Amino acid sequence: MRIAVIGAGVVGAACALELAERGAEVVLVDRVGIAAETSSRCEGNLLVSDKAPGPEADLAIHSNARWRALADRLDAERTGGQPETEFEAKGGVVVAFPGGEEALRRFAAAQRGIGIRAEELDAERLLAAEPHLSPEVALAIHYPDDAQLQPSNTTQALAAAAVRHGARLVVAEVTGSRAEAGRIAAIETTAGAIEVDAVVNCAGPWAGELGRRLGAPLDIRPRRGVILVTTPMPQRVFHKVYDADYVGAVGSGDAALQTSTVVESTPGGTVLIGSSRERVGFDEHPGVDPVRAIAAKATRLFPFLEETILLRSYFGFRPYAPDHLPVIGEDPRVGGLFHATGHEGAGIGLAPATAELVAHAVLGAPTSLDPVPFLPGRPGIGVAA
Amino acid sequence: MTRVAVLGAGPAGLAAAEAALAAGAQVTVLDEGARPGGQFWRHRPGLTDPRMQHGVRRFEQLQSALAGAVVHSGAAVWSVELREPGERGGAVVLRAAVGPADGARREAVVVEADALVIATGAHDLALPIPGWTLPGVTTAGAAQALAKRDGVSVGRRTLVAGAGPFLLPVAQSLALVGSTVVGVHEASRIGALAGGWLPKPWQLLGKSAELAQYAGALARHRIPYRIGSGVVRVLGDERVEGAVVAQLDADWRPRPGTERVIECDAVALGHGFTPRLEAAVMLGCEVTGDRRGRFVVVDDGQRTTQPRVFAAGEVTGIGGADAALAEGAIAGYRAAGLAQDDERLHAALRVRDRMRRFARRLETAHGIRPGWTAWLDDDTIICRCEAVAKRAIVERAEVPLRAMRLATRAGLGPCQARTCGRAVEAIVAEARVSATGVTAAGQAVDGSDSAAPGGGDLGFERRPLLAPVRLGELGGADRPTCGEN
Repeated sequence: MRIAVIGAGVVGAACALELAERGAEVVLVDRVGIAAETSSRCEGNLLVSDKAPGPEADLAIHSNARWRALADRLDAERTGGQPETEFEAKGGVVVAFPGGEEALRRFAAAQRGIGIRAEELDAERLLAAEPHLSPEVALAIHYPDDAQLQPSNTTQALAAAAVRHGARLVVAEVTGSRAEAGRIAAIETTAGAIEVDAVVNCAGPWAGELGRRLGAPLDIRPRRGVILVTTPMPQRVFHKVYDADYVGAVGSGDAALQTSTVVESTPGGTVLIGSSRERVGFDEHPGVDPVRAIAAKATRLFPFLEETILLRSYFGFRPYAPDHLPVIGEDPRVGGLFHATGHEGAGIGLAPATAELVAHAVLGAPTSLDPVPFLPGRPGIGVAA
Repeated sequence: MTRVAVLGAGPAGLAAAEAALAAGAQVTVLDEGARPGGQFWRHRPGLTDPRMQHGVRRFEQLQSALAGAVVHSGAAVWSVELREPGERGGAVVLRAAVGPADGARREAVVVEADALVIATGAHDLALPIPGWTLPGVTTAGAAQALAKRDGVSVGRRTLVAGAGPFLLPVAQSLALVGSTVVGVHEASRIGALAGGWLPKPWQLLGKSAELAQYAGALARHRIPYRIGSGVVRVLGDERVEGAVVAQLDADWRPRPGTERVIECDAVALGHGFTPRLEAAVMLGCEVTGDRRGRFVVVDDGQRTTQPRVFAAGEVTGIGGADAALAEGAIAGYRAAGLAQDDERLHAALRVRDRMRRFARRLETAHGIRPGWTAWLDDDTIICRCEAVAKRAIVERAEVPLRAMRLATRAGLGPCQARTCGRAVEAIVAEARVSATGVTAAGQAVDGSDSAAPGGGDLGFERRPLLAPVRLGELGGADRPTCGEN
């Protein structure tokens, strides 16, 4: 079976690997190359801690387990100048400031109900876990399953593994498609036509536009996120530490600037601080408001950051659907067209489970996941953004 | 009264400030240096040999004009924004932390203005060479700064190499502060020089008197001047003990068999200049060119493609101090509201137009040629901050620039690719061309993907923050700092 996977970000690379390993003839198509956009402009969060019970939490829990083996394997199979995934099962610590304790406690209790490990830390254990955290913090919950990896490197590793399994990379922009008997028979690209039996739309925030070019518009929109990077320093942050108000921002449909602060150290010694969320289309000039808002919240969590020098900041566009649930599965309008997008800020974490669902949809591969909640046929998805 | 902010206090910025003041504007100048003058005027009375000073009288005029402006020296400007002119009026908002970078809390300064002149200048550019990380190797600009400002030479026996007329004053300054200059090696050959200049680069244009004076200095100090020649390796264990020079072909590729060793304890490298585009890019001003040279697009009135934003000096094209002074004056007058045909602009316009021709000749004659990568070894460090060798960059050249940088860490260190950016791009471009069959991301490198969102060719210059700043300094004053006239 010939499958074109369009978009070489983390979701496309994971799908390409999964499909190639299952014997499909895969062409990975991207207009710039591997990890050119969103997957090189994010934090590499593998979070279960921010998921409320529901379909996305199921996907996250499943994916979290798969990442451990997958990252090991990608690192073991590394060749040439290929970088490491920098996978680190460091765990997360979610904190509440005075007034926020009850909401966080309720949230964690609900998560425990679906099997997410969430342990309240007393003052002594919190001090041991994060000695530099602000004494103002009123409650802290430890999530041992939260993890982190270097998203760009990992995407490059996934794509390299897919290529080793026979996938082919084509750098070209998809301009349209040709149908035969109501099914996609070929995609048209700036490098010529590619004959296919199936197409997987993994174009992230550009998935709506790509869907339109393939005759199946989708309501997938970009959300801009800014991330700050400090100069390297001796390690003073040991987990992914964040304010519980993050949980509110992820699910919000509000267009205005929102920030929540996730603070963590990287193997390079820098501290990564993210992230803002703004619905401003593909606007490439974030200005200083997000940076200032993130900095204010980060210094509230870790007062030592006041004196820490910011080395740089960067931003990326996250794909989201109006109901904030990933869109995975066969398009109800165009035969042979499948979508895998809408992961918002969780695409890195959800990539392996997404690839599993895509293999299920395209090749009939087995899965223990319930594909139904993510299907593109649900109300409100199949219209142009 | 029109409020004009000027970013940078080198020749272009000072001329802009002077002109805007003369046209009746209220002017605020922000500059990262401890005192105005930029890279060009950094001499100290009584310490710097007068023969190294050029246009001192002009500098003194500009400085006295500054008395009418608010000047923030030592200002790390970390953001520039355009806002809808309205409520509080100002269309341009600049934020800076003012004070010594390593000092305690710097002062937060917010400047609002109706118009901005970007005069951020250029870095001098040294291409990587095997051994260039040895102590004793500096940029030509650093050697010049030490000589002018501190009266100190980078070495006892110094070799000057690179491309362009800037090498001449550097050699002269080194000689004046007591170094033996063992040679000036200009990479461009007769053909290229003849295309741009006449065979002898100092016999030209409005620059001729100045260049003739350098030629005289070289002769007086018995400094050999070689063209079509460059340093291809720096020798030494703990520090510089010598350098290998070789003849270079028209593409700057070393000619095998022409290598010879020159004993020296310092090497000053200057292969050109890299304009500092970050502020212009942050504002969304159009930038033109490719990896061999990108500049802010300006019209005849030095206006950028963004309303109320002007640019002058090396950010619009490498043309030297005279061009910068003329462009700065035009930008200052226009920013203050004068019309293009106002007679006060006439003199500056004439000089600017002549100097633009000079700049074009400069690029034709001395612009970096692609063959230079041939003098690199696989293990030559390209990104000094993160110690990334050429091999690592070549191995990852197939992925888009951004992914390559994250994988190799090239350009992610404290200088944020300001030193290595151009070299890294050249190495990637060459690796992609030589890796036939591997067409992955082929287009990305020559900038043709710039239409794609977040496209690669501005990658190194697109920075949400313009300067390193402490997190605690990002908050603070949100209203304009008082004291503006």
